[in-house]
Parts: sequence; C-alpha cells; structure tokens
Amino acid sequence: METLTKIDLQQVKESFNKAASRVHKRVVICAGTGCIANGALKVYEAFEKAVKEAGMDIFVELELDRHDDHKTIHLTGSGCQGFCAKGPLVNILPEETMYTKVKVEDVQEIVERSLLNDEVIERLLYVNPVDGTKSKGQTEIPFYKRQTRLVLGECGHVDPQSIHEYIAHNGYMAAEKAFLKMTPEEICNTMLESGLRGRGGGGFPAGRKWLLTLNQPGEKKYVICNGDEGDPGAFMDRSLMEGNPHRVLEGMMIAARAIGADEGYVYVRLEYPLAVQRMRRAIEDAMDAGVLGDDIFGSGHSMHIQVMEGAGAFVCGEETALMASIEGKRGMPNPKPPFPAQKGLFEKPTVINNVETLAAVPLIIRNGPSWFNVYGTERSKGTKTFALTGHVANTGLIEVPFGTTLREIVYNIGGGVTNDDGTVSGQVFKAVQIGGPSGGCLTEEDLDMPLDYDNLIAKGAMVGSGGLVVMNQQSCMVQIARFFMNFTQSESCGKCVPCREGTKQMLSLLDDIIEGRATDETFSLLEEVGNVVKKASLCGLGKTAPSPVLSTIVKFKKEYLQHIHDKKCATNNCKALSDISIDPEKCTGCTVCARKCPVGAISGDRKQVHVIDPEICTKCGVCNTVCKFDAIIGFN
Amino acid sequence: METKGTIIVDGITIPIENEKNVLELIRKADIELPTFCYHSNLSTYGACRLCISDVEGMGIQATCSLPPRDGMVVQTNTKEVRQIRKVNLELLLANHDISCPSCSRSNNCKLQDLTRRLGVDKIRFKKTDKVAPIDNHSWSIIHDPNKCVLCGDCVRVCKEIQSVGAIDFVGRGAKTTVAPAFLKSLNDVECVYCGQCVAVCPVGALVPKPETEQVWDAINDPDKYVVAQMAPAVRVALGEGFGMEAGSISTGHIVAALKRIGIDQVYDTSFAADLTVFEEATEFIQRKLKGEKLPQFTSCCPSWVKFTEQYYPELLPNLSTCKSPQQMFGSVAREILPKILGIRPDQLVIVSIMPCTAKKFEAKREEFIHDGIADVDHVLTTEGLGRMIHETGINFRKLTPESFDLPMGFKTGAGVIFGNTGGVSEAVLRFAYEKLTGEQLLQNDFKEVRGMEGIRTVAVELAGIKIKLGIAHGLANARALCEQIIAGKSDYDLIEVMSCPGGCIAGGGQPVSFEPNFREKRIAALYSVDKQLQLHKAQENPYVKELYQTTLGEIGSPKAHELLHTHYRGRKRITDQQITIRNTEHPKIEVCVCVGTNCFVKGSQELLRQLIKYVSDNKLSDIVGFEGQEEMVDVKATFCFERCDRGPVARVNQQVIEKASYDKVVAVLDKEIARIGSAINAMKV
Repeated sequence: METLTKIDLQQVKESFNKAASRVHKRVVICAGTGCIANGALKVYEAFEKAVKEAGMDIFVELELDRHDDHKTIHLTGSGCQGFCAKGPLVNILPEETMYTKVKVEDVQEIVERSLLNDEVIERLLYVNPVDGTKSKGQTEIPFYKRQTRLVLGECGHVDPQSIHEYIAHNGYMAAEKAFLKMTPEEICNTMLESGLRGRGGGGFPAGRKWLLTLNQPGEKKYVICNGDEGDPGAFMDRSLMEGNPHRVLEGMMIAARAIGADEGYVYVRLEYPLAVQRMRRAIEDAMDAGVLGDDIFGSGHSMHIQVMEGAGAFVCGEETALMASIEGKRGMPNPKPPFPAQKGLFEKPTVINNVETLAAVPLIIRNGPSWFNVYGTERSKGTKTFALTGHVANTGLIEVPFGTTLREIVYNIGGGVTNDDGTVSGQVFKAVQIGGPSGGCLTEEDLDMPLDYDNLIAKGAMVGSGGLVVMNQQSCMVQIARFFMNFTQSESCGKCVPCREGTKQMLSLLDDIIEGRATDETFSLLEEVGNVVKKASLCGLGKTAPSPVLSTIVKFKKEYLQHIHDKKCATNNCKALSDISIDPEKCTGCTVCARKCPVGAISGDRKQVHVIDPEICTKCGVCNTVCKFDAIIGFN
Repeated sequence: METKGTIIVDGITIPIENEKNVLELIRKADIELPTFCYHSNLSTYGACRLCISDVEGMGIQATCSLPPRDGMVVQTNTKEVRQIRKVNLELLLANHDISCPSCSRSNNCKLQDLTRRLGVDKIRFKKTDKVAPIDNHSWSIIHDPNKCVLCGDCVRVCKEIQSVGAIDFVGRGAKTTVAPAFLKSLNDVECVYCGQCVAVCPVGALVPKPETEQVWDAINDPDKYVVAQMAPAVRVALGEGFGMEAGSISTGHIVAALKRIGIDQVYDTSFAADLTVFEEATEFIQRKLKGEKLPQFTSCCPSWVKFTEQYYPELLPNLSTCKSPQQMFGSVAREILPKILGIRPDQLVIVSIMPCTAKKFEAKREEFIHDGIADVDHVLTTEGLGRMIHETGINFRKLTPESFDLPMGFKTGAGVIFGNTGGVSEAVLRFAYEKLTGEQLLQNDFKEVRGMEGIRTVAVELAGIKIKLGIAHGLANARALCEQIIAGKSDYDLIEVMSCPGGCIAGGGQPVSFEPNFREKRIAALYSVDKQLQLHKAQENPYVKELYQTTLGEIGSPKAHELLHTHYRGRKRITDQQITIRNTEHPKIEVCVCVGTNCFVKGSQELLRQLIKYVSDNKLSDIVGFEGQEEMVDVKATFCFERCDRGPVARVNQQVIEKASYDKVVAVLDKEIARIGSAINAMKV
C-alpha cells in the first residue's frame, strides 16, 4: 500500500481563507439544475466576459499562492441555493446581495454598478409577493430567514467543485477526527446519541444501523450512499450531491470507519447527470488530495468509493433492490430479513444510508451529538429538508427543524397559498401531500401539528424523502390520489402480487370514480384492496403505495362520494364529470366553437347564443380553447 | 434432533429443528398454507404473498421468508389473513387467462385448486384485456404468458438448478412477463428444453408441446403401421394422472392402453438402453484402456448434450458418441422392423413415449433425420399419452395388463434403471464388471451410485483397473464438474449426467407433481421394476445379442456405428460461418481474423485489411513450392474465438494468435508458408 503524504487540513483552510480575503468581490451563481434550466450557465459566461472587458482579473478557482493586491473577482457556480422559483440566482459577496431571475442582459449592468461601484440594483432584488417589500439578501428574505439550514448550510455558498473551499469550511475535519481519534464504537454511539434517523423515509436510527453492521462478523463490509431519489417533485438529495458532494463523501468515510468498511458506492439515478458528474469529480479530487484512498490521514485504513448510475427504476431506491442493481441483477426487492446489515451487497454486511443522512454525519461528528439533538422533537432530532412545491408562493428547497408546523412552512417560509393564477390568497389552503407517492395528505386541522416522523405516521402520512406539495381549493383530491397511484403502479417492479396487480386495480378503480362509472362497491373495493396492498406487499414501495389513496379517503371521503353518487367533481378537474355549457351572457355567436367542435356537438346561428348537446359532447375541451370570450362553462 | 426452541402455530406448539423459515414449521403442523413461489430447493422469492400469517408483535408477515424464533406466536387463519389471501388470489385471477376447460393443466393447477379451496367465487376486479403472443416455436415447450402468475419458479429453476438462465423477468410492474432475452422464442435461445420450468409451473403457462394429434393421424391412417417405444420412467409416473399414488408401476396397463388406442406394436426403450450399455460401456473400456478422451460423458440426455454443445464445445470429444436409447431404437427399428413386420419401410411410423420435453427436440435434430425421414416420427410425453387415454374414455385402472411385443420389447433391469440418476452408471458397471474381470457378477446392485446427492463420486476397482465415476443430476451440478475438468482438477473416468434432478423420472414431460417426495417414490419404483425382472444385466439380453448376430455384427462395428453412434457440434457462438473474402478453392493456408464486436473494437478490421493487402501484394508464387500458386493462401473474416479479453485474435491454420498485430500475424504466416513450402519441395525431391 502506498503511503500518501498526510494532508494538513488546517493549512489548506488557512491558505484558502487568506486567498479569499484578497478577493475584491465574489460572484456566486447558482448552478443547480433548476437555475441551469433557467439559463444560469449563460449568465455565468456573460459574467466571465463582462468582468474581463471591465479590466478586472477573474478567477474561477482561487489561487492559493497568489499574493498581489490586484482587484480580483472570484466567479463560481454553486449548488442549489434552494429558491428555485426565482432562478437564476446571483449572489454578490461580501455584501451578500442576492439578485433573482437574472438574465444575460442584466450582467453588464451588475458588473458596472455592483462589482465596480458597490451599488444595489433594485429591480433585480426579491419582492415579497404578500406585501411587495424588497429584500437585499438571503438574510432578509423570509423564505431563508425562517429556515435552519444545517445540512444545506454550505450548499449554495461553496463552490461544489472546490475541495479547498470545502476544507476551508472545516471539511474533512470530522473524517480526520473519526479516523484518528475515535473508535468505531465511539462513532456509532455518537450517532445514536445524536438521535439521527434515516432521512430516506423509513426513519431508522442511523447509529443503530451502524452498530448492527459493526457487530457483524466478516472482514469485508460496504457503505452505500442511496442517491436514487425518485419521488416526483423531490430533489433534496440531488441538491446535496450537486451542491456539496464532499460532505456526502465525508459522511460515507465516517460510516466506513464506524463499521470497518473499505469500499463504498454512491448510487445515483441516471437522470441526475450533474450529480453524477459532481460526485465523480469530488471523489477524484479527494483521492488527489489524499483524504480518500489508502491509509487515510495516516490511520492505516482505506476507503475507496465508486459512483454507480441507476438505470431509471424508482424501485431501485429500495435498499435491497438497489443492492441487486449494483450487483448487476434485475432491480427487484428481496425479502428482509436478512437485513443489509447482516447480508447486504455481495452478501456482505452493508450500511446503506440516504444522501441527506450521510450529509448530516460530518456535522454531528465535528460539533458533537448535543449540538445536533437540540434541534427537533423528542424522538425526531435535527433538521429535515423538504422540497416545497405546488400552490405556494415560494417554491424551492427548504430545511427546518423537526417539530416545525405546517403553518410555518406553508405561510411563512412558503409565503402563502396561491390561486391557480399565482396570486397569494389567505383562504384557499386545502391540503398538503407530504412524503411523495408513499406519503399522505394533511389538511387544515393538521396545520399546527409539529412535523416529525411519528406524528406523520399517526396521520397516515410519512416524512418520506421530504416532498411537500401544497394544494389549493381548486385541486381535486381524487385526481391527486390518482396521480400518485399512476406513478407507483407504473414504477412497481412487478415482483409481488399485491403491489403488481393491486396497484393496477386501484388505478382502474380510481379511473372509474373519475370517469363516472363508480358505485358504492367501487369505493369499498378500493379501500379493501388498498389495505391488502399496504399490509401484504413485499417491500416499502408496495406497503406505502396505497397511502395517498387511503389518506385522501379518510380526509376527503365526501369528495370521493360526491364523485360516486352525484357524478360531480366540485373543483371541475374531472372532465368526464363536468357539465359543459355555454354562458349565454358571454356568448357572442361568433360560431368558432361550433366550427371547431370535432364531434359537431355545438349548434347555433351566427350572432345567436350557441348550445352544447351533452349527448354528443366528448368534453374534449376544444371549444374552451378556441372561445375568445371565455363563454364555455365547466372547464377548470 | 436438537431443538432450538418452539413456536406456536394456531395454538399448536411446534419444535424448531433445522427449518429455514416459519412456513416449514407451519407445514410441520400439518397446515398446508398455499404458496406459488416457495420451493424448498430453490431460493426464497417471497412474491406470491399467500403464505402470509399474523405473527404476534410483527403483524402480517410472509412466512416463507421469516426465520423462526423461539416463542413466536403465529396465526395462519385470522379474518385479516384470510381476506388478504383471498384478495391476492382474486387479483391473480383478474390477470389470468381463465380458459380452464381448454387448458392442459386443468385439474392439476395450483391456481384452480386454491380458488376452489379458498372459496373465491367472484372476481370483483376488472379483467385484464391484453393478449400476449404465445411462444410455440420450439419443438418442446409452449409458453403462454397469458396464464403466467409470475411466481418466478421457472426463472429460478432454470437459473439455480440448471445454470442455464434462458428465461427471466422482462418489463416492469403490471407489464412484467417471463421471457427469454430480447423477447426471443425459446427456440432461438440457450434453452436446453429440459422442461424443469414446466415441472415447477403451478399453472398452464409452460406446458410440453403436444404431438397427440399427429399420433392420432398416424393411427387413423390405414396405410400406416404405428409402433411405440416407451421410456423406463413413463411406467412409474403415468398412473398419477389416473389417481394412482406417486411411484405406482403401471407398465402392463400402459401397454394395454396403447394397444387399445390403436398402436400396432408396443416396444420398450429399455431394449435400446440395453443396447446402449453394450456400445457405451465398450467405448468406455476402450477409452479407459487407451487413456484417451477421459472422462467419458454419458450422452443419453438430449438437454445435457445441447448444454455441452453450447457451453463446453471443447469437451464435446468427451461425450460418448452413442446415440441416446430413443434414437438407437429409432434407427434399429427402421432397419429391422419392416422385414419382421412384413411392411414397407414407408409404412412404419415410430412414436416415442417419453418423460421428457427435450426428447421432442432430439428427435428433430438433423443428425437423426435421413433423406427427410426421422428415426423417430413423434414424441409423446407421459402427460400427453395420459391425455390421449383420457380422451378415449378407456378406464385405465381397470385394464388387464399386457406385455410388450418382441423382439424390441424385451429388456433387462439394466435398461430400466436408466430412468434414475445413477442408473446409467450402474448399468454400465454391471456390464464392465463382467467384461473386465471375466467373472460373473453375482450381486447386481451397485448401491453406492444411487442417491439424491447432486454430485456423487464413486471409486470402483475392476480387475485391478481403478475407475472413478461421477454422477451429476441437475445441470448446475454438471457445470461444476465441467469447470473442474477445464481447470485440470478432475480425474474422473466416467461421468453420468442427467439434466433433471432425480433423473428422467422427474422429467419435464412427466405429470406435474406437487407432492414433496415424488422423485424418491418414482426412483424406488424403477429399482423395484429391476428387481421384478428376470434379467438384470444388459449383456444377458438375448434379443440384443441376436441383433448383433443378425444385423450389427461386432460391438462397435461399422454397421453399429452407422446405426448407433452420432456426432455433436459446438453451439457456443455463431459457428461455421466465415466470410470468404478471397475466393480460393483449396487453400493450403487459412488466415482467419475475428471480426466479432470485441476484436473489431480493438482494430481487427484494419488488421484484416492489411493482411489481405499483404497476401495480394507479395508474390507468394516466388516462394519455393508455391510456384504459380498464389491462391494457396486464403484470408477470411470469422466470428468469435472466445478469447475476447486477448483480442484481436487471428488464426493461421491451427495456430491461434492472441493480441494479434500485423507484424505478429505476418511472421507466423511467413513461417507457415516456409514450412509448407519446404514440405512440398521435399515431396518433389
């Protein structure tokens, strides 16, 4: 084994900070997937060009040994800053001015006014949709102000591609501590004491998982980082891997030290190319820097990490299916026991943790368990990230301590519930779907319940991976349930009968309800088969697949029954149940709808009010699209 | 037995011994929990969720994958458990092509049985309306995905027991199906047609391909004379289809039934098995004495033969050149029966009744078809014959037993035990003993070769000659032996392989049995048939001896070779396909360059181009011996040499060049030209 020169983390940190202090201004452009989709890379290029033209020196990587006093600009990308709705985001340091929705055309002005002359460009600041006030930086914006960003902390500030900057933020110091100053038992106990529970959904205490694996006999053990984030709308793992890959690696290293593993895999879904690229780069840099590889920190221990790309199956987020996938087998779950801790990857004891869980580990080791467990509730410690989406003013990635109420998240961080047209309104909250396709619905009555693992389970929902979809009064809950059911049934691996056949039948029963064919028997059968799928399925995906349906059945039974008995959808989302008619007040008799109707269901003379024949109408919606006078009633 | 605590199943205390899971303990309590996907000899799959029970403190659990723990309290039939089980079954039925009356597995179908047992009398779910294509392209097996319950038993038996893996799951969720790679037909893939998938299929998704109609047509054709041969294993299994116990012997009943159906003469494949012993044992003794091509593999099992052709073509010389008993019967029958029966050769129709699906494939192999006439015309499986008898309405159990016709219906016990694992070895030993020692064998049984161990090793010494026998059943076990041989770690002399665990008695064409010990029972029955017979050694079969005198001559004579031996071909990759580039008719030197994917990526195309140029540019006629014979060197593109990690691979005559470069190949080629050139020159002198 080749002994590497021991890296002096403290020295790297000092020289980075010294170099950083000489920088005149730092421009951090959010380069998360959301901002990139909105043109962040073009903005980045425009900055590079504009700064050079302005005659300033520009660096994309700090030169640690440069010592002149020339005015320099440090331009970097960052991981997701969370406020995806407002991207591309540009932060200017040291002032911490944040510009939102920055376009290429704005760059010249930013360089001239903000970089050269310290001015603030008012029109690019964040405007609070509720009261119209402008905020200069993240510290003033309620979306950020009310969060507790521990795990996401450096995400969005540091350059994810710079191991030096990570080290300057005390990176790899926890790993150094774990490898040199702690025994495996001490590490496991620290994790136990911290109260950290798995962030991937199950909520199993990480420390206990590690202890179990540590106590398994056998030389060869593995650590797996589960980055196969597949819930629709959830992107916290992606953001962490893209925004702070070294933290994830450091967490894996500590886990490896704790259980005695020398090999690890980061399993990232194929649809996250940037995360794959960043994780790979981070591994290379960590190997080059000597923090990863053989004889880590001179401890004599080794750790090698590989990135493995998933092929797109949602079920591969389930740990046994994920391991089968790494082994080159079909991604199907296997019965537990044996648990991965006993017989995991290649039949060896394996710790498999979610990205977010692993990203919390270095913080706990560095700051101690009591630093971490002051956050949260009695049995759910620390903070949790949520992907806040749906009918809410501020969508994006947030992090709050366990115990935070839904009201705080929806109204204060999220800035309130929006109508379909995007305006914020006080009276339109209907429900929140939490935990993605495995989770359930919370309603008005749950707004003040402290969110944690156990409270959510008691309500038929779950933390899950942390998807949080806010819905306004105009949302049809049967449609919401169908949306998730459609997802899980098409993502079922097809192995066990209840999940494969049951979810298919549940979807078909929901279709009957939505399309007006349902009877009372449909409803009771839906509930019955839902319970069978929940109780009898092989893996977690199957066991939780009926949750969105079962939880909406409990919370919105009336709405279901209205669909079934009255053949009506109060929110008008179910096309087959809507009564389509023409508003005689608005119709001008222009005849466009009658001419465009593909089935000839509309009749009426020129300049006369037109009528729809419900017997012929297929509710395709063409009339609604072509009517210039908004005269068609019945479409949402 | 030492106990590891107890569990309580529905109030009954059950001691934990070595059970892997709670399901086995529940069955120990004589509660037959339903399962589709649990087989004790396969890996636990946990997918059908029918064995679920309520476990105190753990809730609903699949008991097949739950390890027992002292003090566990299990309830197998609570209201909740019963409801889940029923809904599960209902869900399966909704996705099943319920064509029970016309399904060949009707009355022997787990889904049908459970539906009745659990009292599911209504399917409340929407029926699936998709119709998937049925694969009936192979000679042996029909795969109907519309009846599949996706229990995966076939997938696991193919992978785990046979190490073939011809089928697997394809697609996701409700679109999941079982199929060969790229949704090909079983006819076009690695399937060895052993039919073990058929034997484990709980429903009618995998069934033997019927040939009953063809047989009926032959029977009904007044110009045809139909004879049947019946394999040993058939007589101990067919009765199961008529309500008889597993292992009931019904030889005479079957002969009588065949006669009633209209088969003109009924013979015994065991006659041909005796004949096989003569040829195969003699071949073995010769190889052993010469010390060449050892170990000798048995070649009776067509699945094993195809397996060797596919995976171990380098071991093909080790296979006995003997045809299988079915095929020996066919060629001998064609040779002698027309005269004996006084019929025209073209009137003779030969029908086999086999416990095997692969025999159907074997009968259609080109090696066994001469001038368009197959040695065996039709192959019925045991269950296929059962269906024919059912169709006629003959009361099978009330038939008066009849005997086989002579001469080809006479056999010794040696030819009968061919149906058991270890049986061929034992029959060969009974022959070799007398042949080598010159003494009479008094104790006929070689019990050490019998048993159910996957691989058995037996050492015997006959007249000072030490013989090491290996017996494998299940192709995964055979593969293990092949790997040993290739690694040079094997010193076996004779290896018997039967693809199906237990031997032919548990073949894919037998009635499907869900009884736990059906293999052992059928095996015991065949050994008792041996006991009941007058003769036990193949060499004592007077009609076989007569056959040698009248027709074959000596053992291993040219006539015997013509009728009783065959050859095999490698099937590992695309073989016998070379792309001719230079059109030379009789090249002295053949240069081949692999253009398979791997070698192509490593630059074999360019190498090939350069070599063609070299051969064209250099006037090879200038070389001594080659005067005016430039055409003596041929360059060809070929497919895989199976050395992909060392590509590009080229070959100059017999010399294979790994990591071939232009210079390397030219150097070898020049040497070869010089060698042949000087040889030709020497001849001239």
